[in-house]
Amino acid sequence: MSLTLEQVRRVAHLARLDISEAEAQTTLGHLNGIFTLIEAMQAVDTKGIEPMAHAQDVAQRLREDRVSEENRREAFQAVAPETEAGLYLVPKVIE
Amino acid sequence: MIGKTLKELGAALAARQVSSVELTQLYLDRIARLNPEINAFITVDAEKSLAQAGAADARLAAGDAGPLTGIPIAQKDIFCAQGWRTTCGSKMLDNFVSPYDATVIGKFDAAGAVNLGKTNMDEFAMGSSNETSYFGAVKNPWDVKRVPGGSSGGSAAAVAALMAPAATGTDTGGSIRQPAALCNLTGLKPTYGVVSRWGMIAFASSLDQAGPMARSAEDCALMLNVMAGFDDKDSTSLERATEDYTRDLEKPLAGLKIGLPKEFYGEGCDAGVMTAVQEAIAEYRKLGAETIEVSLPNMQHGVAAYYVIAPAEASSNLSRFDGVRYGYRAADYGDLDDMYRKSRAQGFGAEVKRRILIGTYVLSHGYYDAYYLQAQRIRRLIANDFVEAFKRCDVIMGPTSPCTAFGLGEKSADPVQMYLSDIYTIAVNLAGLPGMSIPCGFAGGLPVGLQLIGDYFAEARLLNAAHRYQQATGWHLRKPGE
Repeated sequence: MSLTLEQVRRVAHLARLDISEAEAQTTLGHLNGIFTLIEAMQAVDTKGIEPMAHAQDVAQRLREDRVSEENRREAFQAVAPETEAGLYLVPKVIE
Repeated sequence: MIGKTLKELGAALAARQVSSVELTQLYLDRIARLNPEINAFITVDAEKSLAQAGAADARLAAGDAGPLTGIPIAQKDIFCAQGWRTTCGSKMLDNFVSPYDATVIGKFDAAGAVNLGKTNMDEFAMGSSNETSYFGAVKNPWDVKRVPGGSSGGSAAAVAALMAPAATGTDTGGSIRQPAALCNLTGLKPTYGVVSRWGMIAFASSLDQAGPMARSAEDCALMLNVMAGFDDKDSTSLERATEDYTRDLEKPLAGLKIGLPKEFYGEGCDAGVMTAVQEAIAEYRKLGAETIEVSLPNMQHGVAAYYVIAPAEASSNLSRFDGVRYGYRAADYGDLDDMYRKSRAQGFGAEVKRRILIGTYVLSHGYYDAYYLQAQRIRRLIANDFVEAFKRCDVIMGPTSPCTAFGLGEKSADPVQMYLSDIYTIAVNLAGLPGMSIPCGFAGGLPVGLQLIGDYFAEARLLNAAHRYQQATGWHLRKPGE
């Protein structure tokens, strides 16, 4: 299998990564090398094998729906790029 | 005091031969002298470390001390530590001062250990050479023209250069064991779920596990006693009874069954590494262990499956870095989407972007079954191979890395060559098993690591096997330049 430049651009768009033409070219070469390695996997017969998502076969714990954390808005917003009146600021989305 | 083990330092502190403030200052001085060349630390904060040391001295004076109270320990910069800059080796988090503590950091604090500083690492733990760090490559103290391994390369170099008595690491595909091997250290990746991942910046959540890196198995056991334990803040943390990981250290090895997977002893491993590993196995036989051949037939597909699963999880985990709530935001941008794209493109390095793209691709419409599900099925086959092997043996042994420390820049141009550095370690993460690397000799003057793999929750047994070997040999005591 070989990726195309168009696919690299599409995936970069999905991942919200700006990519220049030159970067897309270099990336294409690297990704094709990596996918050659990955493709070897397709030869393995895995019929009837249950996919393993996790190392331990345990059920998700449940807990009571109660407040466990204190409000630390100021501490958390101190590391934000831009805030105002306790809100995170981003470019206007709705006109 | 420099070069002593945690056990020895603990005894010296308890006997008041040295105070924690004096000890911490000794290490800070050594860091100031050696770090400009080795680049093992990203952040050092003498004031904070010495304040912690002062508090530890008060605890020691009050008779309220544990085995690690007053001992300085370097922390991989993947662990959030309140008030400390926590970068994960990335420009994305260059300005991030953590507002909270990772559970691991909190546990070391509670034990009275001193945070000696934050160690360099591959960006977001993605790498096997520590060359992907935004803060520059780390040099191997055994040969400064070579890499220390990765991704916990700063932790490994810090301990090997005696800038810290011990350090923490994290291991997603070999990131504790491979740098331990390349720097002549003892490193342990516990069973998945034994150490809390809360506050440890996520790379691949179903594989990531934190563990100790030190100069002996005994020191690793002392550290694991502090690090392990159930944490309700980590949904994958396991509820288990507390263990004392030092309990079996002295147990004789007579009758220990060592499995030697034929896949570890075939082609693809440097001759010098293989010779040292074979000599270590012979030493184990002398100590009373038996060896049998076992097989892990699907291990050969581990690297391929890993490079689907880990990037898939990473692409999802790293979507949180969007320039809104914390981390880097591009200086110039248009609309919101443009802000995301530019902040992420400028904030992430090349290897991280590569893995995000692989992960996004294998999870995208039309490819999920062929890649992600197939990789997860192979993951099951690999785990099943280990289950079969452990019916016949107690511990599996083989090389940690197929080669000794390679040259800076030697593999960084070809991602595939770099990925193959972890060929012997990756399967252990996929299965979720505990694994160790211990020093077992030298090839061409460079350290070689022996990998020990145990069944689920067999950490104490691995530590026992490692400790008895270290009692009988002296490889782990060798220091660079001696």
